[in-house]
Parts: sequence; structure tokens; C-alpha cells
Amino acid sequence: MKPAAFTYHRARTTAGAVGLLTELGDDAKVIAGGQSLVAMMNFRLARPEHLVDITHVEGLAGIRRDGDSLRLGALTTHRAVEKADLGDFAVLSRAMRWVGHLPIRTRGTVGGSIAHADAAAEWCLLAVLLDARIRAEGPSGVREIRAVDFFRGPFTTALQPDELIVEVVFPRPAPRAALTEYADRRGDFALVAAAVDLDADRVVLGGVAPTPVLVERAGTAEEIAGALELRDEPGISAHYRRGLVRTLVQRARKEASRG
Amino acid sequence: MAEPPQRSPHLRRDGAWVGASVPRREDPRLLAGRGRFVDDIVLPGMLHAQFVRSTEAHAEILSVDLSEVRAVPGVVAAYSAADLNLRGVTALLDRPPHEFVPTAMPVLAHDRARYVGEPVAIVVARDPYAVEDGVEAAIVEYAPLQPVVSDTAALAEGAPLVHAEAPRNTLVDVSLFATEGIDAIFDEAHTVVEVHTKTGRQNALPLETRGVVADWDDRDEQLRVQTCSQVPHQVRTVLARCVGLDEKQVRVIVPDMGGGFGQKCVVGREEIAAAAAALRLRRPVKWIEDRRDALTAAFLAREQRYAVRAAFSAEGEILALDADVVCDMGAYSCYPFTAGIEPLMASAEMPGVYKIPAYRVRGRAVTTNKAPTAPYRGVSRPQYVMVVERVFEKAARALGLDAVELRRRNVITVFPYKGVNDITYDPGSYLESLDLCEQTLRDEGWFSRRSDENRVIGIGFSCFSERTGYGSGAFAQRRMEVVPGFDISEIRMDLNGTVSVTTGTLSHGQSHETTMAQIVADRLGIPYDRVKIVQGDTDRITYGWGSFASRSITIGGSAVAAASVKLGDQLREIAAHLLEADVDSAELDGAGGVRVGDRSLSFAEIADVAYLKAHLLPKGVGPGLSATASFDVGGDGTFSNATHGVVVELDPGTGGIEILRYVCVEDCGVAIHPQVVEGQARGGIAQGIAGALFEQVTYDDAGQPLAPSFMEYKVPTAAEIPDVRIEHLETPCAFTESGAKGAGEGGTIGAPAAVLNAVNDALRHTGVELDDTPVPREAIFRALEKA
Repeated sequence: MKPAAFTYHRARTTAGAVGLLTELGDDAKVIAGGQSLVAMMNFRLARPEHLVDITHVEGLAGIRRDGDSLRLGALTTHRAVEKADLGDFAVLSRAMRWVGHLPIRTRGTVGGSIAHADAAAEWCLLAVLLDARIRAEGPSGVREIRAVDFFRGPFTTALQPDELIVEVVFPRPAPRAALTEYADRRGDFALVAAAVDLDADRVVLGGVAPTPVLVERAGTAEEIAGALELRDEPGISAHYRRGLVRTLVQRARKEASRG
Repeated sequence: MAEPPQRSPHLRRDGAWVGASVPRREDPRLLAGRGRFVDDIVLPGMLHAQFVRSTEAHAEILSVDLSEVRAVPGVVAAYSAADLNLRGVTALLDRPPHEFVPTAMPVLAHDRARYVGEPVAIVVARDPYAVEDGVEAAIVEYAPLQPVVSDTAALAEGAPLVHAEAPRNTLVDVSLFATEGIDAIFDEAHTVVEVHTKTGRQNALPLETRGVVADWDDRDEQLRVQTCSQVPHQVRTVLARCVGLDEKQVRVIVPDMGGGFGQKCVVGREEIAAAAAALRLRRPVKWIEDRRDALTAAFLAREQRYAVRAAFSAEGEILALDADVVCDMGAYSCYPFTAGIEPLMASAEMPGVYKIPAYRVRGRAVTTNKAPTAPYRGVSRPQYVMVVERVFEKAARALGLDAVELRRRNVITVFPYKGVNDITYDPGSYLESLDLCEQTLRDEGWFSRRSDENRVIGIGFSCFSERTGYGSGAFAQRRMEVVPGFDISEIRMDLNGTVSVTTGTLSHGQSHETTMAQIVADRLGIPYDRVKIVQGDTDRITYGWGSFASRSITIGGSAVAAASVKLGDQLREIAAHLLEADVDSAELDGAGGVRVGDRSLSFAEIADVAYLKAHLLPKGVGPGLSATASFDVGGDGTFSNATHGVVVELDPGTGGIEILRYVCVEDCGVAIHPQVVEGQARGGIAQGIAGALFEQVTYDDAGQPLAPSFMEYKVPTAAEIPDVRIEHLETPCAFTESGAKGAGEGGTIGAPAAVLNAVNDALRHTGVELDDTPVPREAIFRALEKA
């Protein structure tokens, strides 16, 4: 469990990072907290020739209120969000308790989690639920991608190889929103996760498809669960997963209604 | 010097130190990160080894091409089985061919690969990164064979053979007991209950994975092997045989160890291959098992299938037990125990704490294309206790009796008790532990919470005993060709009256440096920090059996005590002579000296004479102060016992399980160090819960492991393991020197049964019973959904 050889690059600015990505192309991967990438490299499931370390880029970490919206720098850690007082965005802080364990939350970043695009990851669900805009910087400047357009498949996103997530913007407060999930052990990726926003009448489900599943103008938990296309998988049947969806949507709605 | 401590008042004391939770001698270095584990050892010029491992579960190996490996930058050497030409490892039972088929485990696979992860070649390189690059460059050509991936597949008609010499893939098939007339008892019984259960394959999962640093020392003419093993002498013997050296040419040293739990009480092939590479290269070679290999290719355990029937009278008296046990031992028999370890344990001990008049059992070990198994903390007892405790729960339901009351009517209460399994049980507190455990949960209010209709709460118990301190006689009964059992201690007093004492047992986390020192301190009347325990070095210790089967304090502790008494006699003899008194009037004064009337000599003064003024010694007494003593258990050993009580709550919306309360009432005789005993119980319970609810090594149909990381192999964390209330009972052992019984395994043994019973109690209104472990959450969800 030692990674294959790679060249390490330390970027000091976003432009520098983008320059490196442009120059190095497909052979490069961005590393921030490294909580998913390093494990994959140690298993040699990921073998980037170059790592571009962005943790020393100034100004990429931080939580900023901007009118109605909340802007999270890509390098903001899960732990920083968990500890922050976010007012009517408190759903984000509360959801962080589901992210791995304390060491993972301390090193892992918002941008990294979204770029990694695990279909059960809390940030991916929250981004879709709250219609977040993912701001990516590339050689021709910064573009904004709606979360719903960002996640393309398992671990696949709309991000180009020469683009770097610099910021995630949550456009509107969500005072009545919540995320909850189920796994056999605390800190595991969820078997099923459900995030709800009562005001927007949106539900997002994780663990039921290769990408987060958005349900707008959602009906009852029963209806949502019933409408899902699920297959039996080893160790977990479609019936059980549907049951978890039903339960978790109900529980998330209950938590959200408490505000 | 440490002062004698204050002790818990309820514990028996036979001296100033035993029975006291004194500060652990190991703590200053371990808590400060200054321990020395295998991976901390760095030698000049040291190389790093890893293994090319089979990617096939079952295949002919057509060729092993390492030429590309040797060309990888940093790689120093790469060897296949043909290059090293080592003898394989064969463990034997002294049983006829229809009961036991011996099979060899090669150090490196050559003609046949029998599981994914089996070592095929060893690569040695300058650093741990280059060696993995080297491993990747190996080209092994396989001709895949149909893999055998379950016990049922192994036993099926026409199944492919894992070992050509083992028909029906059966390595062990023994029927140890069959009470005459047992069928008639079942025919006539008022109630017969059945339990069919399958337990998941587990990994003992020591925090420190396996590892070794081996080097040839020209000055000592020795292969020095520093390894984390529970059994250093057995490693020496096997290693010497495999590489073709004399015993005196191999020195096995065990530094600090981060757990073993049985996985390290057998001899592993990787440590032999690494040592052979070091011998050939004349350079130090280190192998540290990484976590992926530890999860997929290390010794595993626990996968068993039971079909059990039990007959009861209308009054709830158990009349007979009939059991068929099949253990899936994986690809190879482990040394020295063989694949018989699990079926023989289950067959011999299953009647447990109950008065069972008739017993029949068949125990089998089958071989499959999965990583081989080793003993794991509890060895079959977690499973058969679970089965027997399920029997009692089911019988209670069938008879309309309370399950605890049913146990009360059947537990052994008069000792010594000669069981249907030919074992004599020494005194224990079976009934008392059961009563206290139930009462504790009742007093805490859990029985009333169980009746809350808005919650799904269940309470479960397990009542069991555990034979600890197997002596040579008990192991010989298993007909092992290599018979463990005794322990030898050598004690020496040096100038200043400090003592060092060897033990053939080996602490790998159990605090022997503290507890053994407590035993010596009481025997000699000196503070425990004047005693140094020497362990884990085959050059410094006479042949020992290491630590497993809860033997260390019972057997090793008794040898240490006996050696201390002998040394005390020497001290008395010399002191009496110097004080011109009769030896019978000389006694140890409990303060580091010998007293004769109102005069006394300190040990330092006596040692001064023994070493520096030998001309003053009595006639016939040689210089120096040392003694050797050994201890073995003549009879059937001694039985620790406990009752565990568990409260669980089930979540109907998810099938989730939460343990609300855990109470353990344990009796390990005299507790040398209660805090250590409690630590053993808590750690053991965590591993038992892991087996009941979380951990499982899984494979796909092709025999590919599906749990290569902690993402898939679900070790419970602190969040899943409840606080445990521990209550102590103390029934001293009559024949160990300190009255102690073993305390190492009980937690693990009792937990699965109690947890599973609690889950089933919570499901009592559903009509669903779950008997397999780990308990699938989906099954709970479905049961509660229908209710």
C-alpha cells in the first residue's frame, strides 16, 4: 500500500495551479485534503504522474456571507463548516456530523469532496439540494456550473482536467433543511442518505444511483421511494433500500421542520 | 521503589501486590510512544520485502517470471519457490487417516495457488516503494481451476479438490462423543429444539499487522529474527527446519507487540520467506504486512456451520445435545495446531456450563480456496456458546419458561463436576454469575423499559465457562503431534537484591511485565518494580509455548511463582547460615529480607555474599542466586466463567441495532490486576460484538476477496461499542499458584451469544428468529416491517 512514483508540485496561486494543470494535462491530479485520493493512490487504484498541491494557495479557504448567498472557498474543511455559526445555512454545519470521522473532517475539504463526486457524499447532496453553483477556474477564467449539471456519473463531473474548483456558492438560505443518513457504522459512507429542503420542496437522495438524485415537488416519502428505480445488489435488496429511503426522507423532513 | 498499593476490598489478597491495580510497568514507554515494535527496528543496510501474491483463488501455476522484477530500479532480489527451495510447513495430529489428513503449506506456492493473496514470490528492494514497483512487474502464468469458496461447496459431491490428498476436501472428521441410546432420548423427549447457524469469517485484526526483521549475524553465527509472534520458540523450530539451520543458529526475538489474538500464535510463511531472503542476501530484510494483505491474506478465523438439536423434559431439564459442526478452515492447516483446532475445540467443550447427560458430536474441518485460518481469541467457543445459548432461548419459548430460569435449572452447581464430555470442571460461579447479571439489569430498570410498546427493546444473556490453562495432558487428549502445555521460569537475584525472571509466555498487550512482577513480588516480599520480567527471546529463555489459550497467568504465572519460592528458599538457607540459625527458623520478612527471630539480613546483603564473598556461603551451596521451576496442569485445567447481559434497541425504520447496555459478571479466580482483567474483558467484548454485528470477510463466487479495506471490513469503532459494566466474582483456582484462572478470552466468547439473544428477544413479537452472524440489518428491517 505505497503509491506509485509521482511528481509533486506545490501551487501558490490559483493561476499557478491552473497553469500546472494545463501543462500537465490528464496525468495530473489536484490534491487538497487527500482523504480520498491518497487512499486510492496507496491501493494504486489511482496513479497520477503529477500531484498539484493547492493547500498553499492563498484565499481558497473561508466561509463568507454575501447577501443572500453563502460562499465557501474550495479549501474550507468540513470541520470548519461544522464549527461555524451559519445562521439560516445551519443545515450545512449540522450535516457535517455525518462526514467520516473527526480526522477526516479536519483534513477533508468542500472542494475536494465535490470534485471527487461520490454519489453518497454529503457535500454532493447538499450542493444539488440547495442548487449550489460550483465555480471552477480554468485557463480562460472562472465559470459557474450548477450542481445539478455538475455530477455526471460515479466519480465523474463536468470539471475539465485543466480546471480547479475555487468556490462553492449556495445562493439562498435554507432555514428548513436537513440531511440524514444510515450506515451500519458511524462515519461510513451512507447506505442511503436523504437531504430535504422544505421551503424549496426538494429532496435529494444519495446511495440510490451513480449520482445524487434530485426529486423536485416531492410527494410523500412513500411516493418518492416507490418511484425510484432500484436493483437488488449483493447484501442489500432494492426493497430494503427503498425502505431506507422512506424512513430517511421522513426523518430528514422531521428534522428540517424543527429548523 | 513503589509502595504497596491500596486494593479493591472485595478481592482476595494473598500478598501485598496481587489483587492490586498497580500502575503498569509497560505504560511509561507505551503511552509516551517509546515502545519498540517490529516496524521501529531499523538496521544498517536494511532491505524491504513484499510478496507477489496469487491473483487466483485456485489455479495451476504454470510459470513465475521475475526477470522484469529484477530490472526495476531499487529491487535487489526476487525469489520464487524454485529459487529458495524451502521445506514446507506441515502440522500433524496423531489421528488415523479417516480422522485427519496432513497437508503441507509451502512457504511460497509453486505448483498450485490455493487462495487469492497466497505468496508466490518474495521481492526485496531498497525501500518500501520500490519493492511494490517490483511486485507489480512479476509475470505469473496461471491455469485457473474451479475454486471452492464455501463449506457446502467443499463437501458437495464431485467438488474440485483443494488438496489432492484430502477427499471431499475434508482435513479433519472426528466424532469424539456419542452417548449410547441418545436417539431414543430424542424420540421420547417432551421438547426438541434445533439451531442451524452459520457464523461469518473474521479477521482477528491485531492493531499491529504481522511483520519481521531478519538478519544474519556473522559474529553470533545466527539468523536473528525479530518478529511479532505469540510463539517465538515455535517460530524458531519451524524456521530452522524450513531453511536448514540448527536450532542454535536461529534466534527469535519478539519486541513490543500490538496484539495477536491468535493470528500470531501460528507460524506464518512470510516471516520464513523474509528470513530465508536475509540469509541468502546476508543483509537485513524487513517485511511489514500492509493492511490490505492483513485483511485478505493473513490468517483468518471463525467461519463455522452448526446443526444442533437438543432434547428437554417438560420441566425444562436438558436431556441431550446432538451437534454437527463444520469449520471452513480455508486453504491450509496451521502450525502447530492444524485444521483440527476449531472442530476439536467445539467437539470437546460444547456442553459447557450445563448438566447435559447425553451428547453426540461430529466435528469437521473442510478446506476451501480462501485464506487459511488460525485460532482466534475464544477458538470455536464464541460460536458454540452462541449455539447452546440459542438452544436455551428457543427451548424456553417452546416450554413457556423464562430463559434465565431455564438456565438456572440446568447449570452445574456442584463441583467438581464430571461432564458427559469426560472433562472435570473445577469450581466456578455459574449460577451466581447468572443471578447477579440478571439482577443488575433488573435493578437498572431495563426489564421495565423492555415492555415499552413504542420501542423495540430486547434483553439477552449468555452464561458460559472457558477452560483456561490447558496443560500438556489436555492438549495431548486432542492428539496434537506437538503438545504445548508447560512453562519454565528461571529466576535470578543480582546484587542489590533486584530480580529478573524469565517466562516462556509472551505478553502481546496483556501487561505481563506488571502482573508477573506482582506475583514474584508477593512470593519474595519485595516491591514489584524490583522485578524484571524477561520474555520473547529464544536465546534468553528456555523453550516456552508463548501466550495463547488464556495460559499465561495460569501456567506461566505459576512457573514464575514456583521459581520465586525456590529462590526464597535459597535466600533463607544462606541467611540462616550467616546468622548461625536453623533454616526452619528463617523466614522472608516481606520487606526485602530474611528474618531469624529479631535479626534480619536484607536480600542485598545476602546477594553480596552470594556473589562477592562466596567463601562465606554454607557448605554445599554454590555461588550465585538463581533457580528454575516449571509448571504444568496435570488435570483438565481450570474453568473461568461469566454471564453477559445485553440490552439492544432495534430501529424499525432502518433495521439498525443499538446496544443500550452491557453487563458482564466475570469470574477468573483471583484477579492479579483487576484493571487488566477488565481491559481484557472490554476488548474481548468489543471483538465479540464485532463478530455478532459487524465484521465479515467476504468473497465473490470466484474466490476474490470483497473486503480488502476498512471500508468493507466493518470493524466497529468506539461509536458502536457500548460502555460495559463489569462485576467480579472470585472463585479461586485450587491448583494454580496464585489462584488465578485465565482472563484473556472470556469477553469474546460471551458477547456474540448475548447480543444475538438480545436481538431475538427484541424480535419476539415478529415470529422471526435470526441465528446467523453477523446479523444482517436488512433481516431486522424485514422482520419489523411485517410485524
